[in-house]
Amino acid sequence: MADFENGFWSIYIAVITVVSIVACAVLLKMNSKRPGAVELGEHVWDESLREWNNPLPRWWSGLFYITLVFAVVYLVVYPGLGAFQGQFGWSSKVQYEAEMDKAKAEYGPIFTRYQGQDVKLVAADPEARAMGERLFLTYCAQCHGADARGAKGFPNLTDQDWLYGGAPDHVKASIAEGRNGVMPPMAHLGAEGAKDVAHYVRSLSGLTADNARVARGKDMFQANCAACHGPDGKGNIAIGAPNLTDKVWLYGSAEATIIEGVMKGRNNKMPAHKEFLGDDKVHLLAAYVYGLSMSQSAAK
Amino acid sequence: MTASSTYSYKVVRQFAIMTVVWGIVGMLVGVFIAAQLIWPELNLAEWLSYGRLRPLHTNAVIFAFGGCALFATSYYVVQRTCHVRLFLPGLASFTFWGWQAVIVLAAVTLPLGITSGKEYAELEWPIDILITLVWVAYAVVFFGTLATRRTPHIYVANWFYGGFILTVAILHLVNSAEIPAGLWKSYSLYAGVQDAMVQWWYGHNAVGFFLTAGFLGIMYYFVPMQAERPIYSYRLSVVHFWALVFTYMWAGPHHLHYTALPDWAQSIGMLFSLILLAPSWGGMINGIMTLSGAWHKLRDDPILKFMITALSFYGMSTFEGPMMSIKTVNALSHYTDWTIGHVHSGALGWVGMISIGAIYFLIPRLFGEKQMYSKGLITAHFWIATVGIVLYIASLWIAGVMQGLMWRATNVDGTLTYSFVESVKDTYPYWSIRLLGGTLYLTGMLIMAYNVFKTVAGKKAYDAPVIAPATAHA
Repeated sequence: MADFENGFWSIYIAVITVVSIVACAVLLKMNSKRPGAVELGEHVWDESLREWNNPLPRWWSGLFYITLVFAVVYLVVYPGLGAFQGQFGWSSKVQYEAEMDKAKAEYGPIFTRYQGQDVKLVAADPEARAMGERLFLTYCAQCHGADARGAKGFPNLTDQDWLYGGAPDHVKASIAEGRNGVMPPMAHLGAEGAKDVAHYVRSLSGLTADNARVARGKDMFQANCAACHGPDGKGNIAIGAPNLTDKVWLYGSAEATIIEGVMKGRNNKMPAHKEFLGDDKVHLLAAYVYGLSMSQSAAK
Repeated sequence: MTASSTYSYKVVRQFAIMTVVWGIVGMLVGVFIAAQLIWPELNLAEWLSYGRLRPLHTNAVIFAFGGCALFATSYYVVQRTCHVRLFLPGLASFTFWGWQAVIVLAAVTLPLGITSGKEYAELEWPIDILITLVWVAYAVVFFGTLATRRTPHIYVANWFYGGFILTVAILHLVNSAEIPAGLWKSYSLYAGVQDAMVQWWYGHNAVGFFLTAGFLGIMYYFVPMQAERPIYSYRLSVVHFWALVFTYMWAGPHHLHYTALPDWAQSIGMLFSLILLAPSWGGMINGIMTLSGAWHKLRDDPILKFMITALSFYGMSTFEGPMMSIKTVNALSHYTDWTIGHVHSGALGWVGMISIGAIYFLIPRLFGEKQMYSKGLITAHFWIATVGIVLYIASLWIAGVMQGLMWRATNVDGTLTYSFVESVKDTYPYWSIRLLGGTLYLTGMLIMAYNVFKTVAGKKAYDAPVIAPATAHA
């Protein structure tokens, strides 16, 4: 039994549990004798504190015994006495697996229906979209928001900007395998250097910037940042390096925010969902997310 | 011991007054965080944010308000029922100042975000050491007084106080075992599910011994004194005392149902929580039945109203608790506001009301007065507090069941019907009613503070002479 390092602890638990229940019963039994007459005890405390010797109320003793009997029965049926598994072999693991199997048998076919279909087709199916939305609200909304518009550090999924690519296969891979977006810290640039780079980065999307700093920052950008973000700053979807020219900001466009990113780096993690949700649900979710930005572009 | 000596009331007075002060502070923080749930804009700064103020609220009401009430009453009761002055009053004075220092340190460090992250044991290791010192001193004073008593038998209230002091010492030492990593940071000595189990062994026994055994000590002295009636049954007090202190120790795992905690531990936690029902009710019966033959006193004595209502809430929450510990019930109630409602029916109803009753009893006696400044204000306090509690627990009970049902509701395709935020949205009306209930309870405490102020203002401190033990059948 994996719960116990060795057999001693199992016996230890079982013995003190049984002894404890028996001890309660003995204590109750010992004090259940009914006195001939109800009298005041002989002791007096403070000015006037005294005690009657009323017997234990019968209904109360009865209640106590019932709980003890219930405990004994329960310990025969369910695990509790150390490694003893109970009469019917119940365990929370077995119960969980049974419930999951039942759910898979009952709901699995509903999701499998869309497996063979193209993501674009699924995205256009209203029923599939409704199911996708429900999955999204359960598993994705915590980070990306109920409206999928993201938050600081968590990408907006309704726009046209994709860190790892917006093609159906890209979206599906992001959900299934997860993503690790790592921007290494560039503290060696120093406070002034980071500020120069920040001004250059702001200038890429047309934000106000100091020209002298932009000029100095451009050189530093080419030497330190271009490897990932590209010489033109348009990013690289292969490693999730953001496009810095598109006016979409994962953490914000303020000078201080950019400097913070440069100096300390950024670490983004999208968890993998394939093992947890299974291919069918990942497929539906990918279609839903893909559809989110499609409807956006249709609106434009 | 000469007849001319007096009881050491000074430390009782100090703790009694601070009970009222910390009660108001702790409940004010509670009302504020209840408001933050409705209006998140009230998270004005990081040190005023919900996550930091919530532990401040729990620590303030449990250990500052409840703790001061326990110190005040236990020091009073142990002297009166042993017919001697406190053992080492100087050390008792240290427990007062030491405990106030702990409270002030908590009020500074928790908002600063300094926490060990263990519920009801958030204070960091230097404060843990101070708590240990104060607690050892408390034990020396209390058990020293018992040892020097002039009565052959130890009165039942002192069993409960003694059990509470001893057990809290063990709980604190075991659960707060930690490895310091700097002055204001430490790591628990335990890891993983063992850490969780130790934490909830501590957590539930903080309820069982700090908030139950200690306050049963209050009940066993102040109810018969205020009712002027003998305790209903000595025999019942013996059985329920031993059964209570014995079974509470096992109940912790019900906080960890359906987690990584092994099945056997969950089963035992649930069963002993159920067994706890009768021992808990034993205390309620003994308190309420003490009034038999004197029910009329309940009509016009508001202090007795507080005490008997406290016992009723004690009975209600110790019925609700075992029910919630049943795994199938827990599957619905766990993580919902039902738990918060349950805790407050115990905290506001039982702990709060029995303490308030005891303080109303004590204050005049500690200042040589016959009674409180205004009986009408006590009655007003009682009704406002009672309405407040009912609003509080009823709204959160409904909210909790609603949340539990929403979280488990599924669509035809097996997906969840409601997102989490939808359940939050639907809880707003109930949170508003809860805020109203909490505000009423706080209002009652402000009325109490005014009444206490008018009672003691300009009065001289009074230390009653030690009385000789009465002989039997006198």
